[in-house]
Amino acid sequence: MNDREIIMEHYQHPLNRKKNDDPMYLHVNTRNESCIDNIDLYVKFNDNIIEDITFMGEACAISISATSIMIKNLIGKTCEEALNYIREFYKMTNGEEFNENILKEGCAYSDVARQGHRKTCANLPFKGIEKAILSHLR
Amino acid sequence: MNREDFPLLKEDIIYFDNGATSLKPVCVIDKIKEYYTKYPVNAHRGDYDLAYKVDQEYENTRELVKEFINARDLEEIVFTSGTTEALNMIVEGFFAPLLEPGDEVLLTMSEHASNVLPWFRLPKKKGVLVNYIPLDSNYYLTIDNVKKMISPKTKVISIAGITNVIGDIRPIKEICKLAHENNIFVCLDGAQMVPHMKVDVTDLDVDFLAFSAHKMCGPTGVGVLYGKRELLEHLEPTILGGGMNESFDTPDEIYLKELPARLEAGTRNIAGVIGFGEAIKYLNAMGMDKIHKYEIDLRKYLIDKLIPLKHIDIINIESDSGIVTFNVTDVFSQDVAYYLNKYNICVRAGNHCAKILKSSVGVNNTVRISLYFYNTYEEIDDLVELLSDYQKIVKEMI
Repeated sequence: MNDREIIMEHYQHPLNRKKNDDPMYLHVNTRNESCIDNIDLYVKFNDNIIEDITFMGEACAISISATSIMIKNLIGKTCEEALNYIREFYKMTNGEEFNENILKEGCAYSDVARQGHRKTCANLPFKGIEKAILSHLR
Repeated sequence: MNREDFPLLKEDIIYFDNGATSLKPVCVIDKIKEYYTKYPVNAHRGDYDLAYKVDQEYENTRELVKEFINARDLEEIVFTSGTTEALNMIVEGFFAPLLEPGDEVLLTMSEHASNVLPWFRLPKKKGVLVNYIPLDSNYYLTIDNVKKMISPKTKVISIAGITNVIGDIRPIKEICKLAHENNIFVCLDGAQMVPHMKVDVTDLDVDFLAFSAHKMCGPTGVGVLYGKRELLEHLEPTILGGGMNESFDTPDEIYLKELPARLEAGTRNIAGVIGFGEAIKYLNAMGMDKIHKYEIDLRKYLIDKLIPLKHIDIINIESDSGIVTFNVTDVFSQDVAYYLNKYNICVRAGNHCAKILKSSVGVNNTVRISLYFYNTYEEIDDLVELLSDYQKIVKEMI
């Protein structure tokens, strides 16, 4: 699949988009100042491992698909591994050198650094999960 | 109309976001440059020729505004940073000291945040009630619904003349008449109205009016607070400092200047005010009635072309302003805006700062086209062609 197909697949069939009232999950809201994306993330930690992530929200195709790809890639990772993944993702959207082997499908957004506001859309779920992980580690 | 006056329109750009801000004609840009190059000194401060010149230019804009909205006195025109600041001054400086616990403020669900949030401070601060006049099935404000809602506790009705999402023109004159018969003040948010049609404050008999220069070909950072003189006399300055006091000594001995200087503390946006004067002259030369008629015709042309498109859900089919709000089936509004941006078409996606509208219309976000006199039928043809092809939208939205 090319980048566009990967993004559309995750937009049309996002992973774990469901309502979540389970008190075992940490809830974080993430939204952009410059646009209207608004996503609620629910994260379940098992000690240092991210055991599960679900989400709800209203957002553009880039934000929804990036959330789905993030969920696919971060579940099962340790907090440190996840933070490393997030750092590589930011490097990519900043137009810097990044590690493709770490990002896997996340590489589909390598063009967004050139697309102004779309960069914040792609980064949105990562800003949210970063907040959740740092909060958990504290 | 007048496209040749706008430098940006020489580029390959179609600008449909006039509700957010308008483009600037070259005469306004030149006037601002003239201030900065020929008489870039402070207003109301000096006794030299340059200072006299800048005073003349600054006060000339006040005269132009007075005539533009047909106010009675120059002292009724106060320059602010924009509609938002003006509305905050009206609420904080006039109504907060005046209203008593149990008094009621009436708004509607389609007001812009600038005409909601300042009022939201009053319930906590003063025990004032903030309630909403219901809208009809078209999301319009009718005089009947105003009649039903007002009661002896109602003290002020604060509403937009034209709302920024639905674009309906409110019956302001009738509302003022009814309100005044019941000793109720009317505060008019003119941000979307004053740039697009003739607004005569004396004929409408509004008590307060707020609007912004940048939505009417003028610079950003300038707006107007109009108030009937006898009311403005009671509007307490919310910002104090230089330029607004006669003299001061102790906290008990502060003597303020007369209107309007009393309400214009500090160095104002002089370049902006002077540029705004040029914008008013420019609009006057075109004629506000002509502008309004052109926008209505243009909107009708757009609506007639959008209605047959089954995947376009128009929120406001009926409306006499240049605002068209819609969604594309199963496509997030921001993705529609992004798709159009690929073809250099600028539209707005979002809630348009009217967040509480979602509870009335039932959608959180929409695409908004907002027209101005420099838009053309050809531009609308280009837009409609792009919106006609649903598969193309879905394919190219990322």
